[in-house]
Amino acid sequence: MDLTGLGLFVANRGEIAVRIGRAARGLGMEVIQAHSAADAEMLAVREADRSVEIGPPQASKSYLNIEAVIAAAKESSARAVHPGYGFLSENADFAQAVEEAGLVFVGPQADTIRRMGDKAAARAAAQSAGVPTAPGSEGRIGDLAAATALADKIGYPLMIKAAAGGGGRGIRVAENAEDLASLIPQAQMEARAAFGDDGLYLERMIRDARHVEVQIMGDGTRAVHYYERECSLQRRRQKVWEEAPAACLDDATRAALCASAVRMAEAVGYRGAGTLEYLYEPSTGQFFFMEMNTRIQVEHPVSEEVTGADLIAEMIRVAFGAPLSKTQDEIALRGHAIEVRVNAEDPANNFMPFPGVVGRLHLPEGVRFDHMLYEGYAIPPFYDSLLGKLIVRGEDRADALARLRAALAAIKIDGVTTTLPLYAALAEDPDVIADRAHTRWLESWLETNPITPGR
Amino acid sequence: MATELRSPLPGTFYRRPAPDQPPFVEDGSDVAVGTVIGLVEVMKTFHEVKAEAAGTAIRFKVENEEPVMAGAVLAEMD
Repeated sequence: MDLTGLGLFVANRGEIAVRIGRAARGLGMEVIQAHSAADAEMLAVREADRSVEIGPPQASKSYLNIEAVIAAAKESSARAVHPGYGFLSENADFAQAVEEAGLVFVGPQADTIRRMGDKAAARAAAQSAGVPTAPGSEGRIGDLAAATALADKIGYPLMIKAAAGGGGRGIRVAENAEDLASLIPQAQMEARAAFGDDGLYLERMIRDARHVEVQIMGDGTRAVHYYERECSLQRRRQKVWEEAPAACLDDATRAALCASAVRMAEAVGYRGAGTLEYLYEPSTGQFFFMEMNTRIQVEHPVSEEVTGADLIAEMIRVAFGAPLSKTQDEIALRGHAIEVRVNAEDPANNFMPFPGVVGRLHLPEGVRFDHMLYEGYAIPPFYDSLLGKLIVRGEDRADALARLRAALAAIKIDGVTTTLPLYAALAEDPDVIADRAHTRWLESWLETNPITPGR
Repeated sequence: MATELRSPLPGTFYRRPAPDQPPFVEDGSDVAVGTVIGLVEVMKTFHEVKAEAAGTAIRFKVENEEPVMAGAVLAEMD
């Protein structure tokens, strides 16, 4: 499919906007970059063919303002809109508005986003596609009496989740029936306040859970997987370090996991890049579907590194109606990749945000660093703290870890305090080296392993 | 001589703890040392702004949800 000369409107910012712009240019497209008043100097604007200011610094008035983004995209004569991740990327109304404006939305159909965005509906869809889910309520729970009866069947401890939640928000753990009785009203109130929807569901809690997720790509008919990622190193339920593949899985489990994701994607006629998130329980070898993210994810580069694919370019092509460029047989694993998220936060001071001015950049040669930095760039304080992602690939996990240590020793970002020292410490840790970290490991590790300034 | 209350951080200034709640401090109020006069959101984390001195008749110079730079005058009081 020839996309040469067609305009792609990038409705995002930061490192992902840079990444999307470069992929689009690689396809010969014209890149039109949206930006807020605070982002006029960002790297993605500098690299774009054209840029358009869409509103004031506050995200709610710029990157989250559907009317403003649509108006700017139409005005720009773009043919397609890429939403990136975060912001409007999983907003079904936005996807619908893009299509109604006669533009191509680089992502799934609005109906798919809506269905997968309701966690209870996504769970039901998974079950009908034969994808294993953790024992739990089938859909939303009724009143407390019904919930208690159900909880006795599922077994404790269990998680209370907001149907409209996601990204780890709105989750509570009940150890017993007493907990459940006190937590359900709280969770309902919080869900109503946070999401405008007080629907809840219950799920069995997985012990020593590992976060594994499968990268899929669909063209609306057929779907393929690009293997899985492991993202168990999390702080406040935010991923900080990701790997591909998940070294904790054996080949048979990997094959079953990835096949289940493809079944789900094909069952919903999925178009574009998506990720199915699962919890894996090492003691039983079982995996359970948690949720589906209907967008490209921050950590997509590790999948690209181990498969040689360009997922952003592929999702743009399929959005324009092209069939998948690869069959499953043509997607093979090669080596092991690790990504660390470089955030403008001080790991020696409770991860306090640090929006500074970038000084000298010392970037290691031959190492992938997807980022938004240049020397002299003043990082605006209005958005999240992700500056970039350092990505290494090795022959195997041990080799990747060695390359990560070397890259971390070489990279220097003057003028800004970042989370790089955290990764230097983690890359030397025996539990990390032995691949023993589950999803709650990092937070307890941080309590006993404070990061010292200037490390 | 009016006392100026400045933002310690760059970010977005909020006068209310939540959109549906009243402001931390109403215009014209008196303020004690340590009174929270607002929040500054920087990179999706929230930091309280406290009065370092007592004063009377506070007058806000920045609207709710307005972007501010570090050192920006948020309010004055007598």
